[in-house]
Amino acid sequence: MNNIRAKTVFQNYLFVLPAVLLFSVFYIYPFYKVFTLSLCQWDGIARFDFAKNFIGMRNFIELFQDKIWWSAMLQAGYITLIALTFQNALALMLALACDRDIKGGNIYRVIFYLPPVLSEVVVGLVWRWIYDGNYGLLNHWLYQAGLSNLVTDWLSNPKTALTCVAIIHCWKGFGWGFIIFLAGLQTIPRQLYEAAKVDGASSWQLFKNITIPLMIPVFILVSILTVLGTMQVFVLILSMTGGGPGYHTEVPVTRILESMVGSSRFGYACSQGILFGAVLLAVSFIQIKLSKYMKQA
Amino acid sequence: MLSLFTVFLSIFLVSCGPQVQNKLQAESITVWHWMSDREGAFLELAKRYEAETGVKVNFELYAPSDAYAQKVRAAAQTNTLPDIFGILGEKRDFASFVKSDYIYDLTEEMNKENSAWRNKLFAKALSVNEFEQGNSFDVKPGIYGVPIDVTNIQMLYNKDLLRSAGVETENPPKTWEDLIEINKKLKTKGIQGIVSGWGERWLIDCIASNYAFNIMGKDKVLDTIRGNVSYTDPDWIKVFDLFREMRDEGMLASGIVTMVNKTAEQLFANNRAAFAFNGSWCVNVYKGMNPDLNYGAMLPPRVSDKYPMAIWGGAGSSFMVNKRSKNVQPAVDFLKWITNAPQQIFLSKETQDLPSNKYSLKDIPMVLSQFAGAMDNTTHPNVWGVSEFPVVIEAFDKGIQSIIIGEKTPEQLAGEVQQVKEREMAKKQ
Repeated sequence: MNNIRAKTVFQNYLFVLPAVLLFSVFYIYPFYKVFTLSLCQWDGIARFDFAKNFIGMRNFIELFQDKIWWSAMLQAGYITLIALTFQNALALMLALACDRDIKGGNIYRVIFYLPPVLSEVVVGLVWRWIYDGNYGLLNHWLYQAGLSNLVTDWLSNPKTALTCVAIIHCWKGFGWGFIIFLAGLQTIPRQLYEAAKVDGASSWQLFKNITIPLMIPVFILVSILTVLGTMQVFVLILSMTGGGPGYHTEVPVTRILESMVGSSRFGYACSQGILFGAVLLAVSFIQIKLSKYMKQA
Repeated sequence: MLSLFTVFLSIFLVSCGPQVQNKLQAESITVWHWMSDREGAFLELAKRYEAETGVKVNFELYAPSDAYAQKVRAAAQTNTLPDIFGILGEKRDFASFVKSDYIYDLTEEMNKENSAWRNKLFAKALSVNEFEQGNSFDVKPGIYGVPIDVTNIQMLYNKDLLRSAGVETENPPKTWEDLIEINKKLKTKGIQGIVSGWGERWLIDCIASNYAFNIMGKDKVLDTIRGNVSYTDPDWIKVFDLFREMRDEGMLASGIVTMVNKTAEQLFANNRAAFAFNGSWCVNVYKGMNPDLNYGAMLPPRVSDKYPMAIWGGAGSSFMVNKRSKNVQPAVDFLKWITNAPQQIFLSKETQDLPSNKYSLKDIPMVLSQFAGAMDNTTHPNVWGVSEFPVVIEAFDKGIQSIIIGEKTPEQLAGEVQQVKEREMAKKQ
């Protein structure tokens, strides 16, 4: 009997083994290496020698005192805030519109989902051209509309650069939220709406008392994905402003790249990566806890 | 009997193996590069080399340059570098490659036959690949790379735009005051002044160090890097103040602080700005964008007469030989061949780059000869023997962007850069 049980256990482990191996090779080992490097001073060129390069927690201590890093985190937070509110509100509104039986609904779905499938580099370059202070379309339209007082160098002006990037990030990303919200809306039984309508509920009451409570898990999923995706914004920044002017559009990933490529400080870049990952993990954890609390409430 | 024969045959083949392999490898060498604009010319040269020597040269293009630089680093870690490759980065990165034994020392080859190879190359281009005695990187003195072209970065002026503003184009501005006067004339005609890709920090670094050399001289600049002179020194503030002045005089093209050089090149090529700050590679770029562009090259207008105006220049692109390659000698032979006059003339004609062989300057376009004429004024951080901390360079360049957008004063920037410098020096001790 024991032999049979042992055999079953062995078989179970054997089936899980490939997944464990893959996970170890592609996740655990790289994470271990990154963590090891974060404790070292290494330029990425010389042969890596842990004993020789080890500097303890010095990279992390420096990182906690790095004002540029924390301002980059705040800037990514600002873009995330705009994405969480403006982008997701737009996505929800469009999903609500498309959830109704409207003429050409599928065409709208395709149109709204187009920006996310475009290459970020292409989007960044096209919008850089639109925002261009010299010959950009936006300034041209403003002139045409008689709003020449609003004309500016959108991406070189420290007051507008980050917001301009955030708006394009939202334009590029709202399609994801739209699709998920739409899928969520379509799982709500229509009978609930019909029954409420028979009871005389207004559109707002339908939305407040049926749609919102049943969509809470979807809101949480979308908000977690938005935070994780937006905090890691990078390609748009690189193709639109390169982090400038000054440090005004720097975000954590551009700082990691600068440490790694610009300064050949692989160890410091790894410590930035670890800290950034920890922050994202913490934010996601808080969001999940909050969602559980909201569900119970 | 048959089995005995098989054993002997196996032993024979195994013992012959490495030689056979070496011979095969010597018949083909691999070169990694990032120069997409030169790919066609390289492939043609590879064909010619194979026809002449029987050695096949595989040029492998990895672009863009950022991706290439990372690939080379990764290959170094896995010991899979090709026979010939280039290093993109600063001198300290180059030094790290040399110290880690990835790069073959070419000094002996350069000095053979009364330094025949060394003598045909521009000395300034070669010095970029050289480590001198007592260098601060602690690298064994020697020449570790071969320039395949030379470059320098100057100012370009649009003759038609200057003429339309009433400026005599035969005499482009020589002094800072001239430049300001011309800019005033340009402004009245609604013509933009200077355009350059100052969103790419290295171009800001370049023009700032040009003026630093002109205002305080090489020794003081290097003393600052060594930590003996503060960035709050009045001469440095004078350098930073030039950017404030350019901003106040409306001399800079709109959006210059986030502009990439490609955009700047488009603006200048399309007659949208009177001046550009760009490298000699622009001749080829402008030719592609606007073959009728009427322009010339000049040194940046000097601020002071005390020291000469220095411009960044030297080797444009260089190749290194992998010390661990089994094909060191064939790789060296190929580099000697590619830097010979016929190949250099071919490359120069195809790519409009300045050849690294000084006997190949025949039949180059007028603008390119203006660039060639300024080679004596060139300098480069890679030949200074000391290098600034990367974070100081970043604070310096980003700070200049902040001056241009009116966020910081020259004095504020000087203080901030010095603070970063002191922090880094304290870490080093």
